[in-house]
Amino acid sequence: MSKMIDINNVNKWYGEFQVLTDCTTSVSKGEVVVVCGPSGSGKSTLIKCVNALEPFQKGEIIVDGISVGDPKTDLPKLRSRVGMVFQHFELFPHLSITDNLAIAQMKVLGRGREEAMDKGLKLLDRVGLKAHAAKFPGQLSGGQQQRVAIARALAMDPIAMLFDEPTSALDPEMINEVLDVMTELAQEGMTMMCVTHEMGFARRVAHRVIFMDKGHIVEDCAKDEFFGNIDARSERARQFLSKILQH
Amino acid sequence: MNYHWDWGVFFKSTGVGSEIYLNWFVTGLGWTIAVALAGWIIALALGSVLGVMRTLPGKALPAIASAYVELFRNVPLLVQLFVWYFLVPDLLPTPLEMWYKQGLSPMQSQFLAVVICLGLFTAARVCEQVRTGIEALPRGQRNAALAMGFSTGQTYRHVLLPQAFRIIIPPLTSEFLNIFKNSSVASLIGLMELLAQTRQTAEFSANFFEAFTMATVIYFVLNMSLMTFMGWVEKRLRIPGMMGGSK
Repeated sequence: MSKMIDINNVNKWYGEFQVLTDCTTSVSKGEVVVVCGPSGSGKSTLIKCVNALEPFQKGEIIVDGISVGDPKTDLPKLRSRVGMVFQHFELFPHLSITDNLAIAQMKVLGRGREEAMDKGLKLLDRVGLKAHAAKFPGQLSGGQQQRVAIARALAMDPIAMLFDEPTSALDPEMINEVLDVMTELAQEGMTMMCVTHEMGFARRVAHRVIFMDKGHIVEDCAKDEFFGNIDARSERARQFLSKILQH
Repeated sequence: MNYHWDWGVFFKSTGVGSEIYLNWFVTGLGWTIAVALAGWIIALALGSVLGVMRTLPGKALPAIASAYVELFRNVPLLVQLFVWYFLVPDLLPTPLEMWYKQGLSPMQSQFLAVVICLGLFTAARVCEQVRTGIEALPRGQRNAALAMGFSTGQTYRHVLLPQAFRIIIPPLTSEFLNIFKNSSVASLIGLMELLAQTRQTAEFSANFFEAFTMATVIYFVLNMSLMTFMGWVEKRLRIPGMMGGSK
């Protein structure tokens, strides 16, 4: 399988403090990779480096053959091809749901209003929220907002999707509606890199699991190996899993 | 106090042409409104640009905007007016200086000086409000816009500013009222706006109390109307489901 996202020896510092150390991994086309680890381990930072929302000082990230760190890279164009879903949804609160879905299609991809609306509504239907098209983000529940956010990212026809703790800000009863949409997406062959603590999702859907701690990638292995052979895991990963899997 | 109030004074002849004193107040109010509105256009346009500059990445642009704010905020308005009216014209290139001093009528040159002075002074204050409005938005909004492929310009235009301006309507309203009140400094360089007309009325008629009572009432009613208008604007722009808007 060809590599869609190739992360090579990435290092990042905030001043003196090193947040990422020699991170190397990749995501192949159609692969679903879950990134987990304790808070502060650098997983959100790493995923934000992939579409250059965070700069890094050393190493290289290649997305679909294009180097993210290269100053000559057209970042808006690169970002428009990679969908991203955030912990706090980040829908644009001053725009209706349909406008949220259409605006980047129109302003970034240059699609006509009608085409953008059509596409938006189709995706909204797909995440089961067609009835809410005319509402504003503030009128939807968290789970609904996150499903709209996923639809909004999909409207750009992304080559890969990045999820940065998409369910961490949700009430427990809303987590599944978002995970269901993500699962469906994975089954359709979308390339996905997901920072999440949802180990159930990782077991069911992921191909690979990456475990990070203190800015290092500590584990990077196939899902069955990660969950099936816990004794072979590092001390830190076992501690983390024992805490997180009790529930 | 034994004062004989004479409210009929406003309908008495001024002795200048066929005008009654009330005409002077109307003319004065006209100048006050013209000065304030023209100054406000400059303040809002320049202040918005400066406010955006202060929130941009990099060092040079934020520093320039910040220096501007400190300069215009820390020198008294009246000093600024005298500088613009008495000193700056002498520093202009000769053709411009001649145009200002001889090509314009006294009224026009006073008007120009006051409008520039009030506009630039208020721009510094508007700048700070625009900046705080942008900074009050969740950081994720900027990231979400960038992640969809928006350029920095598009991020401000479509995502940050529409929200920031809604947030700052109340403090912006108070700046809007301030510029009407501050426009009274124009009387000190001889522009016959409301305060100057009031003083002239007081001196011509010797009815000081009536004249200044009238001025007080006019300023009060004017500012109350502006406040009501801005309240209406704020309500109209309110986002459903957000910031106290209806669900």
